[in-house]
Amino acid sequence: MTHAALVASIAAHAAQMRYDIIEMIAEAGSGHPGGSLSAADIVATLYWGVMRHNPASPDWPERDRFVLSKGHAAPVLYAALAGAGYFGRDHLKTLRKLGSMLQGHPDARKCTGIEVSTGSLGQGLAIANGMALALRMDGNPARVFCLLGDGELQEGEVWEAAMFAPHHGLDHVVAVVDHNGLQIDGACTDVMCLGEVAEKLHAFGWEVRECDGHDVEALLEALSEPPMTEGVPVAIVAYTVKGKGVSFMEGDAGWHGKSPNAEQTATALEELGAVRGQAAGALEAAVGSLLTDESPSEGGS
Amino acid sequence: MSEKRATREALGETLVELVAEGVDVVAVDADLSGSTTTAKLAKAHPDRFFNVGIAEQNMIGTAAGLAVEGKIPFTGSFAVFATGRAYDQVRNTVCYGGLNVKLAPTHAGITVGPDGGSHQMLEDIALMRVLPDMRVLVPADYVAAKAAIRLAAATPGPFYIRLGRAAVPVIYDEEYRFELGAARVLREGVHVTLAACGVMVEQALAAAEELELEGIHAEVLDIATIKPLPAEAIAASARKTGAVVTCEEHSIIGGLGSAVAEALGELAPVPLVRVGVRDVFGTSGEPAELMAHFGLTGADIAAAARELLSRRK
Repeated sequence: MTHAALVASIAAHAAQMRYDIIEMIAEAGSGHPGGSLSAADIVATLYWGVMRHNPASPDWPERDRFVLSKGHAAPVLYAALAGAGYFGRDHLKTLRKLGSMLQGHPDARKCTGIEVSTGSLGQGLAIANGMALALRMDGNPARVFCLLGDGELQEGEVWEAAMFAPHHGLDHVVAVVDHNGLQIDGACTDVMCLGEVAEKLHAFGWEVRECDGHDVEALLEALSEPPMTEGVPVAIVAYTVKGKGVSFMEGDAGWHGKSPNAEQTATALEELGAVRGQAAGALEAAVGSLLTDESPSEGGS
Repeated sequence: MSEKRATREALGETLVELVAEGVDVVAVDADLSGSTTTAKLAKAHPDRFFNVGIAEQNMIGTAAGLAVEGKIPFTGSFAVFATGRAYDQVRNTVCYGGLNVKLAPTHAGITVGPDGGSHQMLEDIALMRVLPDMRVLVPADYVAAKAAIRLAAATPGPFYIRLGRAAVPVIYDEEYRFELGAARVLREGVHVTLAACGVMVEQALAAAEELELEGIHAEVLDIATIKPLPAEAIAASARKTGAVVTCEEHSIIGGLGSAVAEALGELAPVPLVRVGVRDVFGTSGEPAELMAHFGLTGADIAAAARELLSRRK
């Protein structure tokens, strides 16, 4: 696949994921649309452009691991896993319902493709570090990608883990901060200002990269490049917009954990449907006549 | 019974043995490896030891990640920090995730001594016992502690193994095998059941000796597995004796006494007295002084048994 086609395919998956996120949260009647939508491009880039993984073999030992530390953004992960083929898309409509494998927050014991259960904030990076230690002991080249929210960075354990990874030279851990600037009670800077996230991570010993978290080209570059220095883990601060893709949700903290009503859902799906159509068109143009035979569902290199 | 060793000494030694046997154990500690004895593993196999610094939440999270990838992690630290400080990590990451993490904190109970109430963990059994999937073991001596660590290493899922700082008599011999969910009858009797765990097993045995002189034949049970609780075995003893004294170096709220009371309430209601710390924090002092101060000696247990039997008459 050409680079342009890869970018177009990731964008198309992200557009589909956003549509799925709103559809499943509306069906559930509750959930977290804001932080799911902000992370869609990051997660799509990981699953279709960066991570080595195989939905047909979820336990393949050398797969790259993904840890969703901001577990409330479960819908973005479910949309990616369904899109990649870990389970059928019909499961998406069971989100948050009794008996569903798609719990309100990711449950590794119930759902295939999830590496670890998350939901209580601030715990994912420590788990990712532990996974990385074990992989290194076993000579396994797999990498561990951990997606954190910026509000989540207020949890002390995040910084305990941020200290740990450089100290132990875990250069196969990649921390990605979905930096949308909002948390439940408002702007992160108003609720509890952390200061400059990138500077803080750098001070803790990480190689820090900053990029537009909705620019697939930039995300691909940031996520794909190996660390500049051996033994130094990479953190990516991806600047995003909470609620990205739905006009009335964008930049509004009120959409952190609320389901849209029927009218709002219709509006959101109309907007997201239009973007999805454009993304599909762009993908078709980029791939050209190869489209039908080269469905980009098997992950990256 | 002459030899005395702390149960914590079992941790580092057993982990080194397990590595030699090819078991994929690792240790994660939070700057207390000398006290918890995981330093022994660090010395013998530095590649299998990870220090997180003074960061117990991260200790549990890191251990969880190691478990996700198939290692068998044991965590150190003191009981007060491993449970209270990192409770949410133990609950949501380890237990909710059903992960194969073994918490083996040391310095539980008042026998920590002079460090005082801030460091004397008296609520850990209660905290760990309510967590789904968590198994709670309180070994009575060094031999039982080694066996508990081996059992935990060989059994998938989360474990809490409560270890102590102070040297206590070695009760068991090499033949001892730790059985999950089983009570051990250390002394048969007919008048009263003394159900004890951890360092209180020694005190319960002393109480039984004292009572024997008065013609009271006490049955002594070592309840080393608080969860799963050997409820039927305890009920069978209670039906036989008709009176139960629980003995724990822990708050009487939520620990062994509560667990036994819950079980007997359903299976065999009999008069019961809980010997333990009575809803107060600990205080500085030498271990033996503290045992007397908080009413946890053999004499205190014997007195509780007498009181219980007098109530019945």
